[in-house]
Amino acid sequence: MSYAIKLDIFEGPLDLLLYLIKKNEVDIYNIPIAVITEQYLNHMEIMRSMNLDLAGEYLVLAATLLNIKSKMLLPPEEKEEGEEEQPDPRAELVRQLLEYQTFKEAALNLGRRTLLERDVFKRGFVPEVKTEPEEELIEVDLFQLVEAFREIVSGLKDEDLLEIDTEKMSLSDRIHEIMERLSVEKSMHFRDLLADVHDRRMIIYTLLAILELMKMRIVRAYQTHAFGPIRIFLAVEE
Amino acid sequence: MEDLRSIVEALIFASDVPLSLDKIVDIIGTVDREAIVDILKALEEEYANRNGGFYLSEVAGGYQFRTRADMASWLRKLKGIKPPGLSQAALETLAVVAYRQPVTRQEIEKVRGVDVSGALRGLLEKKLVRMLGRKNVPGKPMIYGTTKRFLEVFNLKDLAELPTLREFQELQE
Repeated sequence: MSYAIKLDIFEGPLDLLLYLIKKNEVDIYNIPIAVITEQYLNHMEIMRSMNLDLAGEYLVLAATLLNIKSKMLLPPEEKEEGEEEQPDPRAELVRQLLEYQTFKEAALNLGRRTLLERDVFKRGFVPEVKTEPEEELIEVDLFQLVEAFREIVSGLKDEDLLEIDTEKMSLSDRIHEIMERLSVEKSMHFRDLLADVHDRRMIIYTLLAILELMKMRIVRAYQTHAFGPIRIFLAVEE
Repeated sequence: MEDLRSIVEALIFASDVPLSLDKIVDIIGTVDREAIVDILKALEEEYANRNGGFYLSEVAGGYQFRTRADMASWLRKLKGIKPPGLSQAALETLAVVAYRQPVTRQEIEKVRGVDVSGALRGLLEKKLVRMLGRKNVPGKPMIYGTTKRFLEVFNLKDLAELPTLREFQELQE
């Protein structure tokens, strides 16, 4: 397939690792490397199976994890008298994770400040008359989108997933089709996009089309509350 | 005195960007700085006590009239809802620049573990970050820092008003 999507909506491998640490409720200073590495590789596999072009950084961290894992499998070396204790092979990774987490916190804090043109306004902006949905909307990130996608696909019956190659349709066809529907309906549920799609390839194309359109900032994905249904909007020109 | 007060008020009212004390002194000319400082304090208090729809805010090294935060929903209606402009990636990149400046792109990437050229470009376009010059190391990489616009948008008098990184570390423990 000629289409490749870079994972620049992801916050990156460190973010994925923090996500896994939080999900498993493990101590960041004492990461169970074998478990976390396995889950990390699984996530990479899922992403790759969707033909997402994994940024090289994901591979670098995967290699680091495997390296640490193998080091931890080795029996501790015999200690000579007065020899220094072997450093924990996880130390550097932990330092990196903590540093990243600190800045993630700092970024959150920035986002929570009283922002100009969001919370407070100064004189002189040009009012634009627009009618927009009233609900408070949360922008959906890639993790949530992939999660929603997985849920929908796992809800499909196996026999629904017949691979019939009668209709040849390309990803760009699917993108145009979605754009057409969006320009009429303005917004639609992510689930509805997949409602009448039974062909495995079309399911993948639908997700890829949405990701591509999000990347190009043509559409945005929102939900009204966490774990709520995801709706796709045409992006408003800023 | 009353006249001077009106002049200062008018200048701030009509200014596009936060108006600095220096600029006010510069425009008015002959008067002493202290008198203007007193006037600014008095004006700030006056608008705070009035408790109206807007207030006088000391921000980004100057003074600016701003609507009160609890009026936000009405103002968004006036302006039309605009989806949040800064992504998580942009905020993280901005945070690294703000705390580590002057900083190179490579240094930001080391912290975030990903390519940041896109996020950095967006911040440059929004004028929240600017190029400060080049670092005198092999390859002469570009170095970046935050702008006055950053202080204005994020409601900061100056960079020192940001909480320290240590505070965020303690939060995690």
